[in-house]
Amino acid sequence: MKKSKFDLAVGLFVAAGLLALVFLAMKVGNLTGLETSEGYRLEARFDNIGGLKVRAPVKSSGVAVGRVDSITLDSQTYEAKAILRIDQNYKFSKDTIASILTSGLLGEQYVSLEAGGDSVYLGQGDRIAKTQPAMIMEKLISQFLFNKASETTGTSK
Amino acid sequence: MSSVIEMIEGLGRSVLSALARLGLAGRFFLAIMMVIGVPLRRFSLLVRELYFSGVRSILIIVVSGMFVGMVLAIQGYEVLQRFGSSETLGVLVALSLVRELGPVVTALLFAGRAGSAVTAEIGLMQATDQIAAMDMMAVNPIARIISPRFLASVVSMPLLACMFSAAGVFGAYLVGVKLIGIDDGSFWSQMQAGVDFRLDIVNGLIKSLVFGVAVGLIAVFEGYYAPPTAEGVSSATTRTVVTSSLAVLMLDFVLTVWMFRGLNG
Amino acid sequence: MPDVKPAQTHPDALIEIKDVHFAYDERPILRGLSLNVRKGEVLAVMGGSGSGKTTLLGLIGGRILPNKGKIMVDGQNVPKLDRSALYALRTRFGMLFQFGALFTDLSVYDNVAFPYREQTNLPESVIRDLVLLKLQAVGLRGAAGLMPSQLSGGMARRVALARAVALDPMLMLYDEPFTGLDPISTGIVGRLIRRLNDAFGLTSLVVTHDLDASLKIADRVIVLAEGKVYRDLTPEDVRTTSDAFVRQFADGLPDGPVPFHYPAPPLVDQLLGKSSAGEIAP
Repeated sequence: MKKSKFDLAVGLFVAAGLLALVFLAMKVGNLTGLETSEGYRLEARFDNIGGLKVRAPVKSSGVAVGRVDSITLDSQTYEAKAILRIDQNYKFSKDTIASILTSGLLGEQYVSLEAGGDSVYLGQGDRIAKTQPAMIMEKLISQFLFNKASETTGTSK
Repeated sequence: MSSVIEMIEGLGRSVLSALARLGLAGRFFLAIMMVIGVPLRRFSLLVRELYFSGVRSILIIVVSGMFVGMVLAIQGYEVLQRFGSSETLGVLVALSLVRELGPVVTALLFAGRAGSAVTAEIGLMQATDQIAAMDMMAVNPIARIISPRFLASVVSMPLLACMFSAAGVFGAYLVGVKLIGIDDGSFWSQMQAGVDFRLDIVNGLIKSLVFGVAVGLIAVFEGYYAPPTAEGVSSATTRTVVTSSLAVLMLDFVLTVWMFRGLNG
Repeated sequence: MPDVKPAQTHPDALIEIKDVHFAYDERPILRGLSLNVRKGEVLAVMGGSGSGKTTLLGLIGGRILPNKGKIMVDGQNVPKLDRSALYALRTRFGMLFQFGALFTDLSVYDNVAFPYREQTNLPESVIRDLVLLKLQAVGLRGAAGLMPSQLSGGMARRVALARAVALDPMLMLYDEPFTGLDPISTGIVGRLIRRLNDAFGLTSLVVTHDLDASLKIADRVIVLAEGKVYRDLTPEDVRTTSDAFVRQFADGLPDGPVPFHYPAPPLVDQLLGKSSAGEIAP
């Protein structure tokens, strides 16, 4: 009789330990998410996604409205194809602009959606036509330097 | 002059006796491994020890994990928000827990909670001739008493470490997201992006498995070879905690160097 | 010192010990001990503290190895046996430890059932009957459900006795069975030792320094001193002998062949500071 008490408690102990491991693997680690997807998916293509990560937030006017579901490279066009999962409660017009922004100077990158004025809404599987790639610091700097250089050559003329 | 020689002699003596004890522990370890099949065949022996070592440690492990996670969240947030990257709190907390604090703190707590109890129990059995009586009844005490306790430590440690880390992440979530107000999604997404299953979680598991072997061996060894007096058993119990803690911290350093040496250049 | 006849090989000897030497950390305990234990007898082994009584049991049980000498038990040389042969031999031993050595985490019932469960494949129902019979023999069937911590010293000793005879051994070894018992318990344990020995045809070796208790039950008394069998007597001899050493032991005299004082330089010399040895600074 005493043994069954041990058996039950130890069984629960092992189960709880394995459950904690599963939690660590799925929720903390990157061993494929457990979450079932709710809402609808939109596709957005970017020339460059910068440091955008899967599961990064999608925001509109600063409010989180969804998540980045997956990021792949289209091998034909060499564009980054991001699938965004958007909460069912939010609808976006056909001419919405998707851009990749950074929160803070060193913060994480997220996708920002700016709604347009079109009366037709985007639905499951639709593609966001207008996108703005992530800003890459090196490119910005070199662009800035290039402009400065051309300015100085312009004035010295 | 002669006092210097005496000191060197004393040093030599203590090094030699430490080496002799290490050799004894090694032989003891081999003797355990020879009969490690016994608790696997007679599962009820292992289940009993898992109860006393593992189940009885859950509470302290989970509560400690929660608090460590919550403190990490507060301290981590304080530093990270200076750089405007407080969303990365999740990664910071998760990596600290899974790689280091989970296995190490669990092992330290386990040594104090379960290891010392095992040493005291075996030491008392030795002092009251129970182990000798068993041996005289032609039942191998290493197989019947020692190996189930050793194996229970090896099995419990990774499970408890997982619980510790999970509780810590949950504690950090409570403080970081619910209290401080970091974005829920960023917290988890940054975490998932930053924590690798094989590199971080599996390595953490390997660490706690090694710690389980070390703490388990030290606990049964100190108990088995404790002088058969009340004083001997109590000092053996203290030695288990001290030796285990030192062994865990040193092994942690060695394992960390070995596992993560290529990571940061 | 009168000579003791060297042990002869007897056909009815269960244990034959020949010229055994044993030293503990350089300190010699046994120096050429020879002894025969006959089948069916209750032999009391007496001697002062540190005379090697308990060592003798350890040697017979194979728990410690002699530096030299032969220990034949039922035709097998114990120190030369490998582990499995030794364990096979030990299943035919029963040993009662000084304070019983009951397993503290098992109940009285489970303690007595332990040898059956470990050494036999008997079904639990048969084990139950056997355990109850053994407990009945020591008068503690009613205590089957208690834990060892709930037993008095004498009861614990009797439970341990039931456990020791569980597998019907050929040889019983008793290590100080009377230590710490009140006179009633001492009488009970002593009678049980005698009765079990006669009822099951055992051979018993009782290591003790309780002279009265052992004289009541023993067929033969040997006295160990200086690492050897110093005297080999019948209980009647012990009562009547004029041998100074046995008399000191039997009558509990503080001084005699066993000196009261630990070896020391003469007191006067040490007080006057003349002695060099064992100097203690004032």
